[in-house]
Amino acid sequence: MRTMSSLNGVRDALVITKRQLMQLTRVPEVLIFSTIQPVMFVLLFRYVFGGLGAGIKGGYVQLLMPGIFVQTVAFTLAATAQGLAQDMEKGLIDRFRSLPIARSAVVVGRTLGDGLLNIVVLFVMGVAGFIVGWRPTSGPLHIFLGFLMLLIFGYALSWVGILAGLISKDARVVANVTFLFIFPLTFLSSAFASTTSMPKALQYFAEWNPVSTMVAAARQLFGFHNTFGVTAHSFPSEHPLVTSIIYMVLIMAIFIPLSVRRYQNTNNI
Amino acid sequence: MKSVIAENLVKTYRKGAVRALDNLNLDVEEGTVLGVLGPNGAGKTTTVRVLSTLLEPDSGRAVVGGIDVIKHPKEVRQIIGLSGQYAAVDETLTGWDNLVMFGQLYHLNRDQARIRATELLEQFSLSDAAHRPIKTFSGGMRRRLDLAASLIIRPKVLFLDEPTTGLDPRGRMEMWEVIEDLVREGVTLLLTTQYLEEADQLADDIVVIDRGRVIAHGTSDHLKDQVGGERLEVVVAESDLAKAQSLIEAVAHGKATVDHGIRKISAPILDGTQSLIAVIRELDAAGIHALDLALKRPSLDDVFISLTGHVAEEEVVLDATKKKRGRK
Repeated sequence: MRTMSSLNGVRDALVITKRQLMQLTRVPEVLIFSTIQPVMFVLLFRYVFGGLGAGIKGGYVQLLMPGIFVQTVAFTLAATAQGLAQDMEKGLIDRFRSLPIARSAVVVGRTLGDGLLNIVVLFVMGVAGFIVGWRPTSGPLHIFLGFLMLLIFGYALSWVGILAGLISKDARVVANVTFLFIFPLTFLSSAFASTTSMPKALQYFAEWNPVSTMVAAARQLFGFHNTFGVTAHSFPSEHPLVTSIIYMVLIMAIFIPLSVRRYQNTNNI
Repeated sequence: MKSVIAENLVKTYRKGAVRALDNLNLDVEEGTVLGVLGPNGAGKTTTVRVLSTLLEPDSGRAVVGGIDVIKHPKEVRQIIGLSGQYAAVDETLTGWDNLVMFGQLYHLNRDQARIRATELLEQFSLSDAAHRPIKTFSGGMRRRLDLAASLIIRPKVLFLDEPTTGLDPRGRMEMWEVIEDLVREGVTLLLTTQYLEEADQLADDIVVIDRGRVIAHGTSDHLKDQVGGERLEVVVAESDLAKAQSLIEAVAHGKATVDHGIRKISAPILDGTQSLIAVIRELDAAGIHALDLALKRPSLDDVFISLTGHVAEEEVVLDATKKKRGRK
């Protein structure tokens, strides 16, 4: 009986995920624009800041791509929050809550849907990166692990978006607020430039910033020496892979239960 | 047997400052329709949300189909259908996609979900529009699709929260027909509405609620009697007011009131058109020219004023926010 109901829970979540994928086929603009923006970033950074790479083996683009990958999957947070808030506004969440489905199904389904979208986006960006000179050197297994980590990182952050979306009452507001939070977070990091030129306090922040550790981990997995990384020899900058995994586990351990509980008790009048 | 029982339901917001439900009691006999009538902010939606497991009350008991709503919400969800004030369906998807999705969420397999979707689209005259995105539907079509989505598992108890609010007259008539068909099939229905006419048309029993409490309960005839039935309203020239008033009072069932500003005389009458004809004759015989003449049936406002002594004043503000919400 217990396995039956958890099996149903998985099935329910997949129905919700499928709904999101169907939306993409009905409104292809969503998919197009969610890939165009990161590709545009790749091109802009590659050719505007390409000069920063003096002395980097393989050029700036080698360090840039992991940075943009992380930034893009981090933005999932805002997309997830907005999508969920829209469903709340339209009363769709009320209908889902009146159905005999697992309480986690709707939120799990949405995070999975946003995760799948990230696979497509990362693939397109990877191709664009390759075209402008990005050449990971670590071999297929490590490259695969690198992308897998990026996906899980985006997945973990989308749970933060779930909570934000459930708390907010307005989809446009929550999209703006989450973006205002995540955008500086991706720049106060080693994603695009070395942190050594930042004021001291920001350097510490940047080194402990999960975006930095994830960027450093990805650079490592793609086979590049992270010359934008270590400044103060802190634990995160010395062990980016381990720190990133700890961050992801922490984020999910905190935000999944909070989100599921919030979903159960949503009392929008 | 009672299919729905609500006992002393209390729900407060903002730490007790707002009492959305204030010891609310009601029940619905199996196979009948209960109309819950009240203005915006009276507690209609909160009642439906509690009974349909979406909201936990602070105290009180609710039983639907013999199952305790608070203790066993999941079991209750297996036997109810809910359709809200605004169409809660995915607007980017087609009607067909929506129904198949909801069918699968009710744990029908894919074939069953497809068969049921086809049946429901047929039943609600939406077959032609089945493969169009909901965005392109009219308000009435959206509501019908929303209702269809709540009927996928043939629920024992159906909750409809203001099913025709915001619809044009034609959409409203179509919705009424659809609901009447369901009622004929024997579904137990709890329906909330702001329109006395709608409750009159669809419900066997009516409860009137205000500020989270039931303030009247009975059939629609019973309630109309309580309100005092129809009124006759006549507008005459300033100089004729006094004379017309005494003529009308002779025919009417009680004292007439006069609004001098708009020169209108209003009086309760018993036998509608008969009294109307009598008054016309009297006025004509007295050589008084009636500028306007109307027979006014009791409206929800009249029910309200007569039952509570106050106008439903929250209506305007809440209505504006709701419209904003519905439009998105």
